[in-house]
Amino acid sequence: MGNIVLKKVSKSFGATTIIPEIDLEIEDGEFVVFVGPSGCGKSTLLRLIAGLEDTSAGSINIDGRDVTSEQPAKRKLAMVFQSYALYPHMTVRNNIAFPLKMAGEDKAVIERKVGDAARVLNLTNYLERRPGQLSGGQRQRVAIGRAIVRQPSAFLFDEPLSNLDAALRGTMRLEISELHHQLKTTMIYVTHDQVEAMTMADKIVVLNAGNIEQVGSPLELYRSPKNLFVAGFIGSPKMNLMDGATAAKYGASTIGIRPEHINISTTAGDWKGTVGVAEHLGADTFLHVHTDVGTINVRTGGEFVVSHGDTVFLSPDLAKLHRFGPDGSAL
Amino acid sequence: MARAVSTRRKIGFTIAAWAVALMIFFPILYTIITSLKTEPEAIAGFSLIPSGTLESYFAVQSQNDYFKPFINSVIISVGSTLIALVIAIPSAWSMAFSPTKRTKDVLMWMLSTKMMPAVGVLVPMYLIFRDTGLLDTRLGLTIVLTLINLPIVVWMLYTYFREIPGEILEAARMDGASLFNEIVHVLTPMAVPGIASTLLLNIILAWNESFWSIRLSAANAAPLTAFIASFSSPQGLFWAKLSAASTLAIAPILIMGWFSQRQLVRGLTFGAVK
Repeated sequence: MGNIVLKKVSKSFGATTIIPEIDLEIEDGEFVVFVGPSGCGKSTLLRLIAGLEDTSAGSINIDGRDVTSEQPAKRKLAMVFQSYALYPHMTVRNNIAFPLKMAGEDKAVIERKVGDAARVLNLTNYLERRPGQLSGGQRQRVAIGRAIVRQPSAFLFDEPLSNLDAALRGTMRLEISELHHQLKTTMIYVTHDQVEAMTMADKIVVLNAGNIEQVGSPLELYRSPKNLFVAGFIGSPKMNLMDGATAAKYGASTIGIRPEHINISTTAGDWKGTVGVAEHLGADTFLHVHTDVGTINVRTGGEFVVSHGDTVFLSPDLAKLHRFGPDGSAL
Repeated sequence: MARAVSTRRKIGFTIAAWAVALMIFFPILYTIITSLKTEPEAIAGFSLIPSGTLESYFAVQSQNDYFKPFINSVIISVGSTLIALVIAIPSAWSMAFSPTKRTKDVLMWMLSTKMMPAVGVLVPMYLIFRDTGLLDTRLGLTIVLTLINLPIVVWMLYTYFREIPGEILEAARMDGASLFNEIVHVLTPMAVPGIASTLLLNIILAWNESFWSIRLSAANAAPLTAFIASFSSPQGLFWAKLSAASTLAIAPILIMGWFSQRQLVRGLTFGAVK
């Protein structure tokens, strides 16, 4: 089980309020991603759930039990830290066994569980090494191993992949998703990388300045962002946002159109512009087009060949156009 | 790191390294050589080949018992170091893991006491020692050396403790470790290299301290530094005997340093290489 409910949770450090007030429900078995720019309070929120920080007000329930004032260890959660936080003086075997030893498990049971975890994570050959002798990806696996042996009711990940290089990040992303399918345990994952959020999550929680901007599945957030912040944050490359007269024409104070929802033509269209930088990625081409209404990013097929200085015409796909009111919320 | 180094260059570097090492070690070496000479040989001028006589050592021992100041040095340096560690570990611990706004100021203030010339407080210290009956006692010297080295001990330990990432302690907490288990299984093993090198360095500093130990001791509590000094004035020209006394005084710490050098270097470069 791993049902987590936050009720009116807030956190302040002295006079600085990090999280004003949050209500959130996380279902058992869900993969939930907290995403937002740095300083948005996502790590603090995770640490509040873990019990590493005390809440200033509100309550946290795990599986119906109020754990607001309980010690981290009593909450039956496991955490994987950004820095891996392995015990440098212990072998991989002892690192993974540590939570079991602390729980006073039988030696034979520890041996078996450590062996199982090592097999799942491909660490069997490294059990006698120390963390210092492992690569970044292997260390990350040890940290995950240490988390899974306890069979916690939920896993907490605090930006676990940000210390890895891009290629390894992709692999580990798959491994963690795969692990979630195998274990079917609740996972809460904090990241500032919206690609990680989109690819891994069942449910994304977008945070900004300690407030929840929107909660929903990746595609919900992509298709119908509730406000300008979510619209600008989710999606890569970023959504084009335009205001003023351009937006007024569509009956909004701001309009947004994703780069992939713009039709491009060399002959006719709504907005005329010249191509600035053209990034040819093979399958896709990203164009930065300077138009009368501002610079617009366009995503088009790899076969569309243009170069710097060419004149093009852009037309937004009206069905996919997002309109926002003066307060930034979607119309 | 893959740099091709020719054999000739390697030989060159090896010779240069040995030359530097020899240059640094030479005063000690020459002291040992001189201690093995007869007095006429010692005065005669520069020579690296002693006659190998041990007569100076016997003379030193017969004039002034070596073992008493040796025992005094051991008690004072080890004692003051242990007391300093007992005080410094909790204070460095709290400053490293739960710093306040004033922590930096406290650290600077402690260090600033080392900037004051010792002579500046010699007279009041002497008077206090005289009036409290601490003059020429091991206890008195132990107290003084504890106080003198405490700022350094706190600073060193604070630096080592700061190197222990807070996330590791949090991980231990998440893993279900109680405060006791956290200290025994995680904190202490990680801090041991730092504590050990602080201990060793402080013993060396205390062993070599001469300003206070010479001035606040006489016959009873005199450590080895005072033992050497006692030879310098009446026997100023007896270089062989003076050298023998010096050799005897530095030998224990030299041997200890030799055996613990790996630990010392590891401790002093802790954190520099991850």
